[in-house]
Amino acid sequence: MPPPFSWIVAVARFLYDFIVGDDWTVAAAVAIGLVVSAVLNVNHIAAWWLIPVIVVLMLGVSLRRASSKLR
Amino acid sequence: MTGLIPVIITTFLASAVEAIEMVTIVVGVGATRGWRSTLIGAASGFGVLAVVVIVAGAALSRVPIGPLRLIVGALLLTFGLQWFRKGIMRVAARGLAGIGGQDPHEAAEWTGPGMDWTAWFLAFKGVVLEGLEVAFIVVTFGAGANHLVAAAIGGVGAVIIVGGIGLALHQSVRRIPRSLLQLIVGVLLTTFGTFWAIEGLGIEWPGGDAAIPGLLVLYVATALVYITLERNRALGLRPAA
Repeated sequence: MPPPFSWIVAVARFLYDFIVGDDWTVAAAVAIGLVVSAVLNVNHIAAWWLIPVIVVLMLGVSLRRASSKLR
Repeated sequence: MTGLIPVIITTFLASAVEAIEMVTIVVGVGATRGWRSTLIGAASGFGVLAVVVIVAGAALSRVPIGPLRLIVGALLLTFGLQWFRKGIMRVAARGLAGIGGQDPHEAAEWTGPGMDWTAWFLAFKGVVLEGLEVAFIVVTFGAGANHLVAAAIGGVGAVIIVGGIGLALHQSVRRIPRSLLQLIVGVLLTTFGTFWAIEGLGIEWPGGDAAIPGLLVLYVATALVYITLERNRALGLRPAA
Protein backbone atom coordinates (compact mmCIF):
# COMPACT_ATOMS: atom_id res chain seq x y z
CA MET A 1 0.00 0.00 0.00
CA PRO A 2 1.45 3.46 -0.94
CA PRO A 3 2.56 5.62 2.06
CA PRO A 4 -0.37 8.07 2.32
CA PHE A 5 -2.93 5.23 2.28
CA SER A 6 -0.99 2.99 4.67
CA TRP A 7 -0.72 5.95 7.04
CA ILE A 8 -4.47 6.62 6.87
CA VAL A 9 -5.22 2.92 7.45
CA ALA A 10 -2.82 2.85 10.43
CA VAL A 11 -4.44 5.95 11.97
CA ALA A 12 -7.94 4.53 11.40
CA ARG A 13 -6.91 1.21 12.98
CA PHE A 14 -5.39 3.03 15.96
CA LEU A 15 -8.52 5.12 16.49
CA TYR A 16 -10.75 2.04 16.20
CA ASP A 17 -8.67 0.15 18.79
CA PHE A 18 -8.52 3.22 21.02
CA ILE A 19 -12.21 4.07 20.97
CA VAL A 20 -13.97 0.76 20.27
CA GLY A 21 -11.51 -1.94 21.36
CA ASP A 22 -12.62 -5.51 21.97
CA ASP A 23 -16.32 -4.88 22.54
CA TRP A 24 -18.06 -2.43 20.23
CA THR A 25 -21.32 -2.64 22.18
CA VAL A 26 -19.76 -0.81 25.16
CA ALA A 27 -18.59 2.10 22.98
CA ALA A 28 -22.00 2.17 21.23
CA ALA A 29 -23.84 2.22 24.59
CA VAL A 30 -21.65 5.12 25.80
CA ALA A 31 -22.30 7.06 22.57
CA ILE A 32 -26.06 6.47 22.81
CA GLY A 33 -25.94 7.38 26.51
CA LEU A 34 -24.25 10.70 25.75
CA VAL A 35 -26.86 11.53 23.08
CA VAL A 36 -29.73 10.62 25.45
CA SER A 37 -28.09 12.65 28.27
CA ALA A 38 -27.90 15.68 25.94
CA VAL A 39 -31.57 15.27 24.97
CA LEU A 40 -32.65 14.95 28.63
CA ASN A 41 -30.59 18.03 29.52
CA VAL A 42 -32.13 20.09 26.72
CA ASN A 43 -35.54 19.15 28.14
CA HIS A 44 -34.43 20.23 31.66
CA ILE A 45 -34.43 16.68 33.03
CA ALA A 46 -31.56 15.65 35.34
CA ALA A 47 -29.21 13.47 33.27
CA TRP A 48 -25.93 13.19 35.23
CA TRP A 49 -26.84 9.69 36.49
CA LEU A 50 -27.31 8.07 33.09
CA ILE A 51 -23.68 7.48 32.03
CA PRO A 52 -22.62 5.99 35.41
CA VAL A 53 -25.59 3.59 35.19
CA ILE A 54 -24.65 2.64 31.61
CA VAL A 55 -21.02 2.10 32.66
CA VAL A 56 -22.01 -0.25 35.50
CA LEU A 57 -24.55 -2.21 33.42
CA MET A 58 -22.47 -2.48 30.24
CA LEU A 59 -19.42 -3.66 32.17
CA GLY A 60 -21.52 -6.52 33.55
CA VAL A 61 -22.91 -7.41 30.12
CA SER A 62 -19.49 -7.24 28.47
CA LEU A 63 -17.80 -9.31 31.20
CA ARG A 64 -20.50 -11.95 30.99
CA ARG A 65 -20.10 -12.14 27.21
CA ALA A 66 -16.30 -12.37 27.49
CA SER A 67 -16.58 -15.16 30.11
CA SER A 68 -18.98 -17.12 27.90
CA LYS A 69 -16.56 -16.86 24.95
CA LEU A 70 -13.69 -18.22 27.07
CA ARG A 71 -15.63 -21.37 27.97
CA MET B 1 -8.78 44.96 44.30
CA THR B 2 -7.82 41.54 45.75
CA GLY B 3 -4.38 41.31 47.42
CA LEU B 4 -1.41 39.49 45.88
CA ILE B 5 -1.19 36.64 48.41
CA PRO B 6 -4.93 35.73 48.25
CA VAL B 7 -4.68 35.69 44.43
CA ILE B 8 -1.66 33.36 44.51
CA ILE B 9 -3.24 31.06 47.12
CA THR B 10 -6.62 30.91 45.36
CA THR B 11 -5.19 30.22 41.89
CA PHE B 12 -2.73 27.73 43.42
CA LEU B 13 -5.50 25.72 45.10
CA ALA B 14 -7.89 25.88 42.14
CA SER B 15 -5.09 24.91 39.73
CA ALA B 16 -3.87 22.13 42.06
CA VAL B 17 -7.24 20.35 41.65
CA GLU B 18 -6.78 20.34 37.84
CA ALA B 19 -3.08 19.44 38.16
CA ILE B 20 -3.90 16.41 40.34
CA GLU B 21 -6.18 15.12 37.55
CA MET B 22 -3.43 15.74 34.97
CA VAL B 23 -0.67 14.07 37.00
CA THR B 24 -2.92 11.11 37.96
CA ILE B 25 -3.48 10.34 34.27
CA VAL B 26 0.19 10.77 33.28
CA VAL B 27 1.57 8.69 36.20
CA GLY B 28 -1.11 6.00 35.77
CA VAL B 29 -0.54 5.66 32.01
CA GLY B 30 3.26 5.83 32.41
CA ALA B 31 3.30 3.09 35.05
CA THR B 32 0.98 0.88 33.00
CA ARG B 33 2.19 1.39 29.41
CA GLY B 34 5.77 2.59 29.92
CA TRP B 35 7.27 6.02 30.53
CA ARG B 36 8.98 7.01 27.27
CA SER B 37 5.90 7.52 25.08
CA THR B 38 3.87 8.84 28.03
CA LEU B 39 6.43 11.54 28.85
CA ILE B 40 6.79 12.48 25.17
CA GLY B 41 2.97 12.75 25.03
CA ALA B 42 2.92 14.93 28.16
CA ALA B 43 5.75 17.11 26.80
CA SER B 44 3.89 17.46 23.47
CA GLY B 45 0.79 18.49 25.44
CA PHE B 46 2.75 21.16 27.32
CA GLY B 47 4.23 22.35 23.99
CA VAL B 48 0.77 22.75 22.42
CA LEU B 49 -0.45 24.40 25.60
CA ALA B 50 2.42 26.89 25.60
CA VAL B 51 1.70 27.84 21.96
CA VAL B 52 -2.04 28.22 22.69
CA VAL B 53 -1.36 30.36 25.78
CA ILE B 54 1.18 32.57 23.96
CA VAL B 55 -0.98 33.00 20.84
CA ALA B 56 -4.36 33.38 22.56
CA GLY B 57 -3.18 35.18 25.70
CA ALA B 58 -6.05 36.90 27.47
CA ALA B 59 -8.46 35.77 24.73
CA LEU B 60 -8.03 32.24 26.10
CA SER B 61 -11.24 32.53 28.10
CA ARG B 62 -13.15 32.50 24.79
CA VAL B 63 -11.87 29.01 23.81
CA PRO B 64 -14.93 26.68 23.92
CA ILE B 65 -13.98 24.39 26.82
CA GLY B 66 -17.35 22.56 26.79
CA PRO B 67 -16.91 20.75 23.45
CA LEU B 68 -13.26 20.02 24.33
CA ARG B 69 -14.33 18.44 27.65
CA LEU B 70 -16.99 16.39 25.85
CA ILE B 71 -14.54 15.03 23.23
CA VAL B 72 -11.71 14.30 25.69
CA GLY B 73 -14.15 12.91 28.27
CA ALA B 74 -15.87 10.60 25.78
CA LEU B 75 -12.50 9.31 24.50
CA LEU B 76 -11.18 8.72 28.03
CA LEU B 77 -14.44 7.03 28.99
CA THR B 78 -14.48 4.55 26.10
CA PHE B 79 -10.76 3.81 26.45
CA GLY B 80 -10.90 3.68 30.27
CA LEU B 81 -13.76 1.19 30.08
CA GLN B 82 -11.58 -1.19 28.05
CA TRP B 83 -8.90 -1.20 30.76
CA PHE B 84 -11.57 -1.32 33.48
CA ARG B 85 -13.03 -4.48 31.92
CA LYS B 86 -9.63 -6.11 31.22
CA GLY B 87 -8.43 -5.22 34.71
CA ILE B 88 -11.47 -6.91 36.30
CA MET B 89 -10.95 -10.04 34.18
CA ARG B 90 -7.23 -10.24 34.97
CA VAL B 91 -7.54 -9.58 38.69
CA ALA B 92 -10.44 -12.07 38.88
CA ALA B 93 -8.43 -14.70 37.00
CA ARG B 94 -5.00 -14.24 38.58
CA GLY B 95 -5.53 -12.20 41.74
CA LEU B 96 -2.57 -9.95 42.44
CA ALA B 97 -0.22 -11.77 40.06
CA GLY B 98 2.95 -9.88 39.37
CA ILE B 99 3.91 -8.99 42.93
CA GLY B 100 7.69 -8.88 43.13
CA GLY B 101 8.11 -9.24 39.40
CA GLN B 102 6.48 -9.15 36.01
CA ASP B 103 3.33 -11.13 35.49
CA PRO B 104 4.32 -13.43 32.60
CA HIS B 105 0.83 -13.20 31.07
CA GLU B 106 0.69 -9.46 31.18
CA ALA B 107 1.35 -7.52 27.98
CA ALA B 108 -0.12 -4.11 28.72
CA GLU B 109 3.27 -2.37 28.74
CA TRP B 110 4.52 -1.33 25.34
CA THR B 111 7.60 -3.27 24.29
CA GLY B 112 7.74 -2.37 20.59
CA PRO B 113 10.57 -0.36 19.03
CA GLY B 114 8.58 2.75 18.08
CA MET B 115 6.19 5.09 19.79
CA ASP B 116 3.30 3.73 21.86
CA TRP B 117 0.66 6.05 20.42
CA THR B 118 -1.96 4.97 22.96
CA ALA B 119 0.22 6.15 25.88
CA TRP B 120 1.20 9.27 23.93
CA PHE B 121 -2.40 10.16 23.11
CA LEU B 122 -3.70 9.60 26.67
CA ALA B 123 -0.93 11.71 28.25
CA PHE B 124 -1.20 14.39 25.55
CA LYS B 125 -4.92 15.02 25.91
CA GLY B 126 -4.80 14.79 29.71
CA VAL B 127 -2.14 17.51 29.77
CA VAL B 128 -3.83 19.71 27.12
CA LEU B 129 -7.31 19.60 28.71
CA GLU B 130 -6.20 20.05 32.32
CA GLY B 131 -3.50 22.53 31.35
CA LEU B 132 -6.09 24.61 29.49
CA GLU B 133 -8.29 24.57 32.58
CA VAL B 134 -5.35 25.82 34.69
CA ALA B 135 -4.76 28.53 32.06
CA PHE B 136 -8.47 29.53 32.21
CA ILE B 137 -8.30 29.78 36.01
CA VAL B 138 -5.16 31.94 35.78
CA VAL B 139 -6.57 34.21 33.05
CA THR B 140 -10.07 34.65 34.49
CA PHE B 141 -9.07 35.03 38.13
CA GLY B 142 -5.88 36.99 37.38
CA ALA B 143 -7.70 39.42 35.07
CA GLY B 144 -10.61 39.76 37.51
CA ALA B 145 -8.29 40.58 40.42
CA ASN B 146 -5.97 42.65 38.18
CA HIS B 147 -3.00 40.47 39.21
CA LEU B 148 -2.30 38.30 36.17
CA VAL B 149 1.36 37.64 37.09
CA ALA B 150 0.46 36.58 40.65
CA ALA B 151 -2.27 34.30 39.28
CA ALA B 152 0.24 32.79 36.81
CA ILE B 153 2.67 32.14 39.69
CA GLY B 154 -0.11 30.33 41.60
CA GLY B 155 -1.15 28.25 38.55
CA VAL B 156 2.34 27.30 37.37
CA GLY B 157 3.41 26.64 40.99
CA ALA B 158 0.53 24.19 41.44
CA VAL B 159 1.46 22.26 38.27
CA ILE B 160 5.15 22.11 39.27
CA ILE B 161 4.48 21.02 42.87
CA VAL B 162 1.79 18.44 42.03
CA GLY B 163 3.96 17.20 39.13
CA GLY B 164 6.92 16.85 41.51
CA ILE B 165 4.81 14.84 43.95
CA GLY B 166 3.69 12.59 41.08
CA LEU B 167 7.33 12.12 40.00
CA ALA B 168 8.33 11.25 43.57
CA LEU B 169 5.52 8.69 43.82
CA HIS B 170 6.09 7.00 40.45
CA GLN B 171 8.54 4.43 41.89
CA SER B 172 5.91 3.37 44.44
CA VAL B 173 3.33 3.06 41.65
CA ARG B 174 5.71 0.70 39.79
CA ARG B 175 5.52 -1.76 42.69
CA ILE B 176 1.77 -2.22 42.23
CA PRO B 177 0.98 -5.51 40.43
CA ARG B 178 0.34 -4.84 36.76
CA SER B 179 -3.10 -6.48 36.65
CA LEU B 180 -4.21 -4.36 39.58
CA LEU B 181 -2.56 -1.25 38.13
CA GLN B 182 -4.47 -1.68 34.87
CA LEU B 183 -7.70 -1.95 36.88
CA ILE B 184 -6.86 1.15 38.96
CA VAL B 185 -5.95 3.24 35.90
CA GLY B 186 -9.06 1.95 34.09
CA VAL B 187 -11.23 3.03 37.02
CA LEU B 188 -9.52 6.47 37.15
CA LEU B 189 -9.82 7.08 33.38
CA THR B 190 -13.47 6.00 33.46
CA THR B 191 -14.12 8.30 36.43
CA PHE B 192 -12.55 11.38 34.80
CA GLY B 193 -14.04 10.46 31.43
CA THR B 194 -17.55 10.22 32.90
CA PHE B 195 -17.15 13.51 34.75
CA TRP B 196 -15.75 15.50 31.81
CA ALA B 197 -18.09 14.07 29.16
CA ILE B 198 -21.19 14.96 31.22
CA GLU B 199 -19.74 18.38 32.11
CA GLY B 200 -18.96 18.92 28.42
CA LEU B 201 -22.64 18.44 27.62
CA GLY B 202 -23.38 21.36 29.93
CA ILE B 203 -24.90 19.12 32.61
CA GLU B 204 -24.12 20.09 36.19
CA TRP B 205 -22.94 17.43 38.61
CA PRO B 206 -24.49 17.46 42.07
CA GLY B 207 -21.75 18.90 44.28
CA GLY B 208 -19.58 20.01 41.34
CA ASP B 209 -16.02 18.60 41.53
CA ALA B 210 -17.02 16.66 44.67
CA ALA B 211 -18.82 14.26 42.31
CA ILE B 212 -15.41 12.86 41.23
CA PRO B 213 -14.76 10.98 44.53
CA GLY B 214 -18.40 9.83 44.43
CA LEU B 215 -17.91 8.35 40.94
CA LEU B 216 -14.64 6.78 42.09
CA VAL B 217 -16.38 5.03 45.00
CA LEU B 218 -19.16 3.79 42.70
CA TYR B 219 -16.69 2.35 40.16
CA VAL B 220 -14.43 0.78 42.81
CA ALA B 221 -17.50 -0.90 44.35
CA THR B 222 -18.54 -2.04 40.85
CA ALA B 223 -15.08 -3.51 40.26
CA LEU B 224 -15.18 -5.42 43.57
CA VAL B 225 -18.64 -6.83 42.83
CA TYR B 226 -17.71 -7.93 39.30
CA ILE B 227 -14.38 -9.44 40.43
CA THR B 228 -16.30 -11.53 42.97
CA LEU B 229 -18.91 -12.54 40.38
CA GLU B 230 -16.20 -13.43 37.82
CA ARG B 231 -14.36 -15.56 40.40
CA ASN B 232 -17.56 -17.35 41.37
CA ARG B 233 -18.35 -17.91 37.70
CA ALA B 234 -14.87 -19.31 37.06
CA LEU B 235 -15.33 -21.69 40.01
CA GLY B 236 -18.68 -22.76 38.59
CA LEU B 237 -20.62 -21.22 41.47
CA ARG B 238 -23.87 -19.42 41.06
CA PRO B 239 -24.08 -16.01 42.75
CA ALA B 240 -26.42 -15.92 45.73
CA ALA B 241 -29.95 -14.80 44.82
